[in-house]
Amino acid sequence: MKKIMSILTVLLALSLVLSACGSPAPAPAPVAEEATQAAPETSNEAEPEPAATVETFRVAVVMPSSINDLAFSQSMYDALVLIQTEMGGTDYFDFVYSDNMFVVDDAAAAIRDYASQGYDLIIAHGSQYGSSLQEIAPDFPETSFAWGTTVETFGQPNIFAYEAASHEGGYVNGVLAASLTQSGVVGVIGPIETGDAKLYVDGFVAGVKATDPNVTVNVNYIGSFSDVALAAEAANTHIAAGADVMAGTAQMVVGAIGVAKENGVLWVGTQSNQTSLAPDIVVANQVYRWDVVVKEIMDLIAGGTLGGKSFVITLENGGEVMEYNPGFNLPADVKTLADQTIQGLIDGSITITLP
Amino acid sequence: MITDLLSSTVLIGILASGIRLATPYLYAAIGETFGQKSGVLNLGVEGQMLLGSFAAFYVTFRTGNLWLGLLAAILVGALMGLAMAFVTVNLHAKQGISGIGFYLFGLGMSDLLFQKLMGTVETVRGFPRVSIPVVSGIPGIGDIFFNQNILVYGAYVLVPVAWFVLNKTTLGLKIRAVGENPDAADSLGVSVVRIRYFTIILGGMLSGIAGASLSIALLNVFQQNMTSGLGFIAVALVYFGGWRPFGVLVGALLFSFVNSLQLWIQVLGLPIPSDIAVMMPYVLTILVLVATASKIRSPSALTKPFEREG
Repeated sequence: MKKIMSILTVLLALSLVLSACGSPAPAPAPVAEEATQAAPETSNEAEPEPAATVETFRVAVVMPSSINDLAFSQSMYDALVLIQTEMGGTDYFDFVYSDNMFVVDDAAAAIRDYASQGYDLIIAHGSQYGSSLQEIAPDFPETSFAWGTTVETFGQPNIFAYEAASHEGGYVNGVLAASLTQSGVVGVIGPIETGDAKLYVDGFVAGVKATDPNVTVNVNYIGSFSDVALAAEAANTHIAAGADVMAGTAQMVVGAIGVAKENGVLWVGTQSNQTSLAPDIVVANQVYRWDVVVKEIMDLIAGGTLGGKSFVITLENGGEVMEYNPGFNLPADVKTLADQTIQGLIDGSITITLP
Repeated sequence: MITDLLSSTVLIGILASGIRLATPYLYAAIGETFGQKSGVLNLGVEGQMLLGSFAAFYVTFRTGNLWLGLLAAILVGALMGLAMAFVTVNLHAKQGISGIGFYLFGLGMSDLLFQKLMGTVETVRGFPRVSIPVVSGIPGIGDIFFNQNILVYGAYVLVPVAWFVLNKTTLGLKIRAVGENPDAADSLGVSVVRIRYFTIILGGMLSGIAGASLSIALLNVFQQNMTSGLGFIAVALVYFGGWRPFGVLVGALLFSFVNSLQLWIQVLGLPIPSDIAVMMPYVLTILVLVATASKIRSPSALTKPFEREG
């Protein structure tokens, strides 16, 4: 009995610790731009410019993994940095982030915290944050929220939704894989068979089959977004089964890319540009350009609309871009085929049939 | 379809994968076995692994020397163990909670250091595969057992060594005595404090190596929270193995083989949904635990702080 009590105490305390430790100390945004803020004060006295009260657009984002995961979270981080640079620095566009928010309760606390701090836009970058947002958003009717990846806005006037047509780039990657394989076997690794990952994997399989029905596509879901070791072993399994081109989605695939690199197996990436990890074997990446969505949302907010719409990034609207690895010697005919595929998906002459 | 599973490629693939997957579990769980045998439950294994994993990766990345990387992981693990020992042995802190504290410390610290020192995911050239002469040429068996990297071999050598130390040496006798009846051990002149310091620091070092086996031998990358629960499974494997090194080996292999089996089941396209397949190792572990739990007794003084009376 005593033992059970002590175990219960431990568990209770554990849950307290886990929920307490995540309380969001809003991570500081990159400080590189700070120097520019001091500049206006040194203007000469002769003709003082009217104090240009620049309205800073302030964004807070909560992400499930790290900002440099070479995948889902990084795609959003890179987009925000890009907008900041384009708009001229932190005076015009400022953002803070909380990354590694894999505990949904912590993320919810962070979202509420940011909302009460008066940010213009709060991005919940992960479909697992949906129910938290549904609860929090009505309490802050003046604040705009964005949630991805999904199309569900819960009918709330201050929630935007966004998602990626990840099957489009998946399809292009499938075309590349089917054209490049010599063994006639390719493999793809996913985290959990749902949402963005399933869409990508299904698109990849469709792309392979459309290019060469004789190529075998082996599919593997490892049941985790973070188990790098199992992702690596999934890659080993694909290779043992004869694969010489592999693909995969979500942040744990870095383990698989490492295995591909060691075995000289080709890799097609998604979400972020993964070329830096293995410049010799990465062929191309589908890159998410969330800045397209964020800019549209900013325009809507400026016009007084705080939510209620959903967005899909596609190859057509420029929210998805295929980035080839310039260091990889892609045969010209394969490159042409891939470019034709992209064009076909954009103009609608190619339609993807998903299972 | 099912017969596909019995082809030699697949069987060799399953076994070779399983041998590799079990490696980090073995280091961490054998280290934990020493700690628990002396009466200390360390739930901070995961944190020790993460910091060890990062230390090994970072030092290897900077110096290009794998052995220095491994040494760094061992040192970091030892330091974490030292801190854990101080908190639980000297300060009599609740072991469960302090272990969780060390886990969170390792999780956060490895992340912080990664962000500050690396900033992006990189790769290193890890320990290469070493073929053991003669035996690696045996068809099948050679590929499975004798064509791995040195840290994989080390994990399997560790098991009989740990068994020998725990059961056949004076040191092992003292460790077991301290874990069963610290008062009696103390009255016979065995230093409970010293023994527990030894086992906790040893456990930390082995957890550090477990982390290194991921970052500079099996995966050759580092990413935040890369161990993703491996350390907790290692603690469970100690219970699974009944606090015996060979029991731990059986548990680690069973779990890993079933995991690699489910990877193959999916690759071969057997009609089992992926959600069910990925559950298999966990379900099996729970079933075995339920079936065996009542038969094995834990060290009597496990989780009890020792205070000398009088």
